[in-house]
Amino acid sequence: MDFGLSEDQREIQRTARELLAERARPERVRSAAEGGRLDEGLWSELCALGWPGIAIAEEYGGQGLGMVELAILCEELGRTVAPVAFLPTVLAALVIEQAGSRAQRERWLPGLASGESVGALGVERDGVAELVLGGPAAEVLVLAQEGAPRARVCAREETAGRAGALERIDSIDPTRPTIRVDLPVEAGEALEGDVQAGLDRALVAVSAELVGVCERALDMTVAYVKERKQFGVPVGSFQAVSHRCAQMLLDTERARSTTAYAAWAADADPERLPEAAAMAKASASQAGVEVTASAIQAHGGIGFTWEADVHWLYKRALLDASLLGGVKRHRARLAGML
Amino acid sequence: MDLTFNHRESAFRDELRAWLADNEPPPEPTEGGEDAHYAWRRDWQRRLYDAGWAAPAWPVEYGGRGASLSESAIYFEELGRARVPLPANVLGLLLGGPTLMVWGTDTQKERYLEPILSGEEIWCQGFSEPDAGSDLASLKTKAVEDGEDWVITGQKVWTSGAQYSKWCMLVARSDGGAAKHKGLTYFLMDMDQAAVQVRPLRQITGEAEFNELFIEEARIPRENVVGGVGNGWKVALTTLMNERAGLGFLLQVRLRQLLDDAIAAARKRGLLDGAGGSVISDELADLHIRCEQIRLLAWKGLTDIERYGQPGPEGSLVKWLWSDTNQRLTALAAEIVGPEALTDGTSWSYELLRARGNTIEGGTTEVLKNIVAERVLGLPRLKVA
Repeated sequence: MDFGLSEDQREIQRTARELLAERARPERVRSAAEGGRLDEGLWSELCALGWPGIAIAEEYGGQGLGMVELAILCEELGRTVAPVAFLPTVLAALVIEQAGSRAQRERWLPGLASGESVGALGVERDGVAELVLGGPAAEVLVLAQEGAPRARVCAREETAGRAGALERIDSIDPTRPTIRVDLPVEAGEALEGDVQAGLDRALVAVSAELVGVCERALDMTVAYVKERKQFGVPVGSFQAVSHRCAQMLLDTERARSTTAYAAWAADADPERLPEAAAMAKASASQAGVEVTASAIQAHGGIGFTWEADVHWLYKRALLDASLLGGVKRHRARLAGML
Repeated sequence: MDLTFNHRESAFRDELRAWLADNEPPPEPTEGGEDAHYAWRRDWQRRLYDAGWAAPAWPVEYGGRGASLSESAIYFEELGRARVPLPANVLGLLLGGPTLMVWGTDTQKERYLEPILSGEEIWCQGFSEPDAGSDLASLKTKAVEDGEDWVITGQKVWTSGAQYSKWCMLVARSDGGAAKHKGLTYFLMDMDQAAVQVRPLRQITGEAEFNELFIEEARIPRENVVGGVGNGWKVALTTLMNERAGLGFLLQVRLRQLLDDAIAAARKRGLLDGAGGSVISDELADLHIRCEQIRLLAWKGLTDIERYGQPGPEGSLVKWLWSDTNQRLTALAAEIVGPEALTDGTSWSYELLRARGNTIEGGTTEVLKNIVAERVLGLPRLKVA
């Protein structure tokens, strides 16, 4: 048994962390978010490195690596709350790769792998999907049906001429624009394969992003409470504060353990994936919201301000936590497997 | 990343499983009280010993199998899975033996290891005192040199199995003038002397797993010092580091079994159906996730040590998470089974009450949080006297 990353995987992690520390600095994230736009420069760099296609098969223009490698990138992007359309693009690709016919994969995956097309994955009810990540720029819309393992894919050009089909909605997380999609049920084409296998992989990717968000929230909090003094001592020396930080670490490590397990299962033992993905998403959703909320609390008054940057993590966590089903939904799914 | 056992580990597990299947212990005695229970565990250890399964983690030269950390974890998982009792001399096997292997003289190893393994001599642990719990190094039991002997006076508490023990791993203050951690010495004390009195300590479950020791001028010959005079704190740390390493895997499996029992109980009572069913299901699913995370984190901690020589933060986290989860689980089970959990003598009532000790024994949750905050996160320590 080995929970560690391979040398190649560690290299991917190192490269990603270094690049994003430089290119997704807090002030850059803030400026993109305040302007309500994505960081196109950063996105081009990530595409040049082949990131969006990391887990897509080589025959469709990807790098042919697995969920473990994709999860590494999601985690690093979550850590920096990078304002790029990476997550929606890989989510769309995961579902198309698992559930699409050969023709559909050939049609859609190369564009998503190169990042030339931005993807989006929404959950629809009666043809309407709310708060779809990917934003107005999304070229490839994958809509999964709520409560059923069915999905369809639709090109952006098919929405042309349909008034109100795509509408920009400002979510509470401005680091990633969202849209409301309203398309008649006959639009697009059905993905006839194993949609659930795609969605379960998508859950792993979102969980990994949440783990990254947790890590960053904890890092920022620990640094702050060591520095901030009240009553003549660092507030981190008070157990009410330090025990909160310990709880943040426990929640983060719990989420990390099931996310790593699910990523491994997707690559090495797919029979275990449905259960592992449900555990990962339930746990990461809970950790994401609780750890980032705790970060705000431990920062005290400053944590409630716009400038402190903690709120970007909380907002990202809230959206990710509900994406593709939250804590209760995945526990309910799990209960059915017990 | 590879979350499967390798061939050697699988073979080890299969061999042990097969042996356990062929060697089922007799049923737990229902009469005769704790003495009968203890005799049952002693017989069981003898069978493990005869088959070479008493302490697989011990090196071959001392009668073990030289099992790796992973194999040792598998050993405890399998004992838990087979629902067999713990060997009677669990403290000697897990703590005493390994401590002697590190700090003992050749004569000590020669004298003590074999009887630990066979269960012929039972060991107990004399560390905690009424005024030295979490702050162990503040212990006061005194050791005074007198000719060839040390003379010990003081009081110890939470000494499990003391009434059956021949030897006590005792830490006492041999130099009252030295700094707190420096004046301690680690002894092997013969329990078979009038100066050592054992009194059972009745706990909230009504049983007495533990004892108090009252020591009034007990004598320990010089050659029973382990690791040198004044070096007791370091030797004690070796013992404490071994404390949870293997047992955690057994406890983790027991927790899983208890959860399965709770799920079965809920299903039998129809509590998973209908509108209210989702509330219980939701909690059971949460407990299922926690159990899996305990398993994953325990294995991660262990294999990180094995592969990289460095433990991660998992040790303290796993114990904290396990104790908290067992309390949640037994509380939920009490709701599921209703009056049964509140009726004296039922197994659910026992589990419910016993779980309160989990967040105290082997490091309170509060102390574990301090350890995580200070040693893992590097937060400043609050100055205390």
